[in-house]
Amino acid sequence: MSRAQRIAFGVMLAFFLLAPLVLYPVFLMKVMCFALFACAFNLLIGFGGLLSFGHAMFLGTAGYVSAHAAKVWGCPPELAILLGTLSAAALGLVTGLLAIRRQGIYFAMITLALSQMIYFYCLQAPFTHGEDGIQSVPRGTLFGFIDLSNIWAMYATVLVVFVAGFLLIYRAIHSPFGQVLKSIRENEARAISLGYDTTRYKFLAFVLSAALAGLAGATKAIVFQLASLTDVHWTMSGEVVLITLLGGMGTIFGPVAGALVIITMENYLAQLGAWVTVAQGVIFVICVLAFRRGIVGEIAHFLKKPL
Amino acid sequence: MTEIFGIPTQALFGQLLIGLINGSFYALLSLGLAVIFGLLNIINFTHGAQYMLGAFCAYLLLNKTGVGYWWSLLLAPLIVGALGMLIERLMLKRLYKLDHLYGLLLTFGLALVIQGVFRNEYGTSGQPYAMPAELAGGRNLGFMFLPNYRAWVIATSVAVCLGTWFVIEKTKLGSYLRAATENPALVQAFGINVPRMITLTYGFGAALAAFAGVMAAPIYQVNPQMGADLIIVVFAVVVIGGMGSIMGSIVTGFSLGIIEGLTKVFYPEASNTVIFVIMAIVLAVRPAGLFGAQK
Amino acid sequence: MSVLKMAAAVALALGAVSAQAQVSDGVVKIGVLNDMSSLYADVGGPGSVVAAKMAVEDYIKATKSKLKVEILSADHQNKPDVGSQIARQWFDVDHVDAIVDIPNSGVALAVSAVAREKGKANLNTGAASSDLTGKACSPNTVHWLYDTWMLAHGTGSAIVKTGGDTWFFLTSDYAFGHALERDTSEVVKANGGKVLGAVRHPINTQDFSSFLLQAQASKAKVIGLANAGADTTNSIKQAAEFGIVKGGQSLAGLLVFLSDVHALGLQTAQGLIFTETFYWDLNDQTRAWSKRFAAANGGKYPTMDHAGVYAVILHYLKAVEAIKSDDGTKAVAEMKKLPTDDPLFGKGTIRADGRKIHPAYLFEVKKPSESKGAYDYYKLRATIPADQAFRPLKDGGCELVK
Repeated sequence: MSRAQRIAFGVMLAFFLLAPLVLYPVFLMKVMCFALFACAFNLLIGFGGLLSFGHAMFLGTAGYVSAHAAKVWGCPPELAILLGTLSAAALGLVTGLLAIRRQGIYFAMITLALSQMIYFYCLQAPFTHGEDGIQSVPRGTLFGFIDLSNIWAMYATVLVVFVAGFLLIYRAIHSPFGQVLKSIRENEARAISLGYDTTRYKFLAFVLSAALAGLAGATKAIVFQLASLTDVHWTMSGEVVLITLLGGMGTIFGPVAGALVIITMENYLAQLGAWVTVAQGVIFVICVLAFRRGIVGEIAHFLKKPL
Repeated sequence: MTEIFGIPTQALFGQLLIGLINGSFYALLSLGLAVIFGLLNIINFTHGAQYMLGAFCAYLLLNKTGVGYWWSLLLAPLIVGALGMLIERLMLKRLYKLDHLYGLLLTFGLALVIQGVFRNEYGTSGQPYAMPAELAGGRNLGFMFLPNYRAWVIATSVAVCLGTWFVIEKTKLGSYLRAATENPALVQAFGINVPRMITLTYGFGAALAAFAGVMAAPIYQVNPQMGADLIIVVFAVVVIGGMGSIMGSIVTGFSLGIIEGLTKVFYPEASNTVIFVIMAIVLAVRPAGLFGAQK
Repeated sequence: MSVLKMAAAVALALGAVSAQAQVSDGVVKIGVLNDMSSLYADVGGPGSVVAAKMAVEDYIKATKSKLKVEILSADHQNKPDVGSQIARQWFDVDHVDAIVDIPNSGVALAVSAVAREKGKANLNTGAASSDLTGKACSPNTVHWLYDTWMLAHGTGSAIVKTGGDTWFFLTSDYAFGHALERDTSEVVKANGGKVLGAVRHPINTQDFSSFLLQAQASKAKVIGLANAGADTTNSIKQAAEFGIVKGGQSLAGLLVFLSDVHALGLQTAQGLIFTETFYWDLNDQTRAWSKRFAAANGGKYPTMDHAGVYAVILHYLKAVEAIKSDDGTKAVAEMKKLPTDDPLFGKGTIRADGRKIHPAYLFEVKKPSESKGAYDYYKLRATIPADQAFRPLKDGGCELVK
């Protein structure tokens, strides 16, 4: 990591280690889950140049599988989360095969269509309990001895998952694989002419992004002890786009900053009802018109170093 | 009475007619989107909100100024079209040099703002809008009871769709528009005011959305959410038809209405999903859509 | 927010040993959690907060109580995770003692679980799921207003008894719709009627013409609308368009609120039959209260949810006063011990499973010519006595019932 990035990583880690002493830990866990989700999404758009408008399907499906595994099959949390993540990866494999050959707007539209199909399936499938969702998911004991109903144990677990996911994405981006991905984003024709099988790289990025989004969803289901339709609805896909755009597409830390801002806004403005949607819309508009680099992007631009 | 697949023929014809009527509504709705994407390469996510604005315009015109349905059909599109032109001038214009996805994101944000503001003001139960007296009632066709208003919907949709298609594909104005999309610099060099044409086109697309909104007001609840879920279905129609093709959207709109209508008879639970299944299949096989040309 | 001073004498006198029998932090905090911005905003929404504040003011004025009560509110946006998170935060951080309203069964079940975990009071008026006093019952939950069983049995049996013995259902294709359809079908058949068919439509359908056509073709006397919200209002509006009621069939709404009828207008909604447990024009007491409510609520008359919020808070405060503590589990237990008596629902009780018992009413929407003004929408067709209106105690499968 460059020096600026190491400092930023340190700041982020310090924040998540110290903040629960002051802020409500459940709120922070929500931020971390969404930050991971947005980081996974950012892998695809920021570094792969592919706008997926259906990422909610990975978050939500993993959430349902994880919740079902923990509640109905009695799996311990680590197994439930693993199953959730694998299910999202499998879904990513299938949808990726369908979607990856298309570019730009067609790619966005096909991911939207597939995500709508998943939504309607989840609405009807008996195991999801439709509108009620899967409720009262037990937190369980991690590895057989850590009781996750203790808030600090749960927090530590989520923190470890988040940091691990974050570092995995960092590694993926700063590897030969990541370099090829970036080159595909810049100029796909050129990458092809250099002999790279661009479809395969994009496909791998897609599945990785799906799996990590699934990890976020599966963890979230255990933290909140429920899985609901909100997580597979297309507005959730829109929300992760907003978070990433605000934070800074194509930056490493952008999605985390974006998640912090948006989740805080949703939480503390919940009293104001529909104004939250208006505020989100206004942020979208401002970001697209005047603030395209996003929060971290602007900071990085100012420092003239990548963040 | 003969039966096809367990449904009496008479009932089936009734359902097919309903499907056709719904299809005409989808075609009318997708027309505005297709025009804007086909000519301007912008994904107009605000389309759903503009549809809702059209319906609310009709409601407000009636309740605040006493202006009835027939005048609203003219006034609401003009008002919303003007607003659309304002959006284009002030905001969309700055994004043309960038990736098209920014246009999508901007219009998505605008849709959230418009819907949120109206939701705060009007709540979500909806506002009553009475059927215009001239179109109330219906006639018994033997195999079903057809409300007059539904007949009006299909007639108007067909007229507006064909009219728009004609203007864009067969008139000089339309050819300027199409040329301007392909090569704006060259067309501008010929002395045609390309930016103004683009603004007018966006306004026209928004006006079409509003027109559909006024048509919807007497039969669907006028509420701020009315465009939100509909927009996704309309996208599917446009994408299947081919994002650049006007005729594609029209034909797909009608066809999807019929397919959806049949699904509602044989497997109603899936009637919402069938459009997306078709969209996924079409995109996998023919990414440019049925009538589209890949750009 | 009206904040009244409380004499600390009560708490101090009891001393440290009985510290539990104190109102926590000296304030009874009640949180109104509902949908402020979408589907149910007009059914509950900000109006519920108005009702809650009225309840606190009226209680303190009537009993000259020294209790200090605070009202909070938040929008759960119909999302179970948002609702459960707000509940957790309220209970853990803001020391809220009771949560009220909570429409949307998904959110209601989530909040019920959280309240049980934290030992706080869950006073639900807005949700429909009969599981709240059945499989998912809890010693911390009171389900005040209505549930799917009551709706199904009330509307179903009353209509069959008045001649509507053949039914066709328009059902929303999700758990709530299925439950309504199943419960109502059972009642219809048990009362000697027949179910001629049903069609399941996806939730949030805009166009019902195809389904209504099937309903017409069935020639059933009654078309049951096993759906809610925009689906119900859209089906009713389009049914009017297709001349269903004029053609001789009647529409039975299985979940309809005053705000829905207001949104439809009498021209469209006339003749609709459904069951509710409160209407502003039932008697002098409800009329007086509703006029006061409307004055505080921008002229909008109360739905049954608003009335429920008012009544349940009155009863909760009575219980808190009686046991001198706002511990959730104890307060709910006391609420079940004390008989209820309020100007809106009259006299009633709360059963062991948390179910509040009161009479239900079968209403029919007036024709425009029969209405004397805004909100004068219903005529009373039948009253279902309290002991028949709700599911028998033993049938719910609630673990609290031995």
